[in-house]
Amino acid sequence: MEGIKIGGGVDMINTKDLDPNFKYEVVKEHGGTNIMRCFACGTCTAGCPVRAIDDRYNPRKIIRMVLLGMKERVLKSDFIWLCSTCYTCYDRCPQDVRLSDIMTALKNIAVREGYIHPSFKEQAKLVGTFGRLYEVEDFDNKKRGKMGLPPVKKTFDDVTKIIKDTKLGEMIK
Amino acid sequence: MRYALFLGCTIPVRGQHYELSAREVAKTIGLEFIDLEGFACCGFPVKSISAETAMVFAARNIAIASEKGLDICTLCNACTSVLTEANKELSENRELREKVNDELSKIDKEYKTGVKIKHFARILYEDFGLDKLKEEIKKDLGTLNFSAHYGCHYLRPKELYDGFDDPENPTTLDKIVRVTGANVTDYKNKLQCCGGAILGVEEDISLKMAKEKLDNVTANNIDALVTVCPFCSIMYDDNQRKIESKFNVKYDLPVLYYPQILGLALGLDQKNLGFRLNKVKANKLLEKLETGGMKYDS
Repeated sequence: MEGIKIGGGVDMINTKDLDPNFKYEVVKEHGGTNIMRCFACGTCTAGCPVRAIDDRYNPRKIIRMVLLGMKERVLKSDFIWLCSTCYTCYDRCPQDVRLSDIMTALKNIAVREGYIHPSFKEQAKLVGTFGRLYEVEDFDNKKRGKMGLPPVKKTFDDVTKIIKDTKLGEMIK
Repeated sequence: MRYALFLGCTIPVRGQHYELSAREVAKTIGLEFIDLEGFACCGFPVKSISAETAMVFAARNIAIASEKGLDICTLCNACTSVLTEANKELSENRELREKVNDELSKIDKEYKTGVKIKHFARILYEDFGLDKLKEEIKKDLGTLNFSAHYGCHYLRPKELYDGFDDPENPTTLDKIVRVTGANVTDYKNKLQCCGGAILGVEEDISLKMAKEKLDNVTANNIDALVTVCPFCSIMYDDNQRKIESKFNVKYDLPVLYYPQILGLALGLDQKNLGFRLNKVKANKLLEKLETGGMKYDS
């Protein structure tokens, strides 16, 4: 799947490995509609707080990879999970590409293709079990009571049901 | 003014000082909070896995408020953005609304338009109003110097927030801090994200993001950083010691929730504002407030 190394260690892309329909798949996904508007100006990457720290995450490059059809490399990557959802690129993009939503769309597709980041899987399991990211124990409600705060519910059957009904349960197994 | 209080996941367990101070402040100035037992996760934690499921989660919560005819007051920035986004998309897109309502019908809920969602700080600024807030101040915090951290989802995406603040140059939180009489100090790279959303993905990047903010705000001599989001607070307060030891730096910077400082200015008892639960203790600042000192010229 990796391209052939050419001078200077740059990866050459092999067109045989590309899926030209990947971009249309992203367009159809919730939040992915505007991806083909990108004219690669780089405003997203310039203002990205994650990119400023780690150049594995480069929003302009990710969009380009999708448009080129590098489906497997994008979906299998660790970088799509690095968006901190700060929406800086989203608000500044001159083409209204809606990048934060595209990153969500890519992650959602990746999950369906079997690539799920363990951290998000864990979060979804907790939410599916307790209706919240955290388990509320009797201790917590006791502590809340001492502070004069009302108790909170420990589980939510209807939230657990939503997780099952929307197939999310299958995805996080 | 009555609102259904939406706590989200983190606050009832890890941000009780935020909740307590917000409730105390609301009670003092006459905002009524109603607790709705059914409120659960807003949907943000599952959005990366399935945006559609996140939408159903958000719609479920809005439906619960709608049954009681209440608008929602949020305390967490992420809850604010996910609920507001769902509310906007569902009210504008009939097809999506029908799809989401199909799911909700299985748990006997129905999303209906008309519920307003606002963050507590925005309610104080916009609905309660700066002038009225000023009249409520009993104790001038003029000896204290703060910096404000807004948090990304408090401002962005801007299409969700009706232009109540400028996401590139925000001022509303500064203004509600300044109303207490305290000085507010601006700082470099104010819009910097806390990194909280990727703490579980790449702790290293996330902590470096938080470190940048702590470096920038402590370049000035401030008494505390003021936040309005539990995620941001976890990054700057709960993880401050970790950042200090990892990068061999020293901050010792209290990170306070806005209602904690507003509560002080309203003359509320410190004991009812949860300072005990702030990880970096605010004792020095509280002492300074008691003993008086030089007032900042602002």
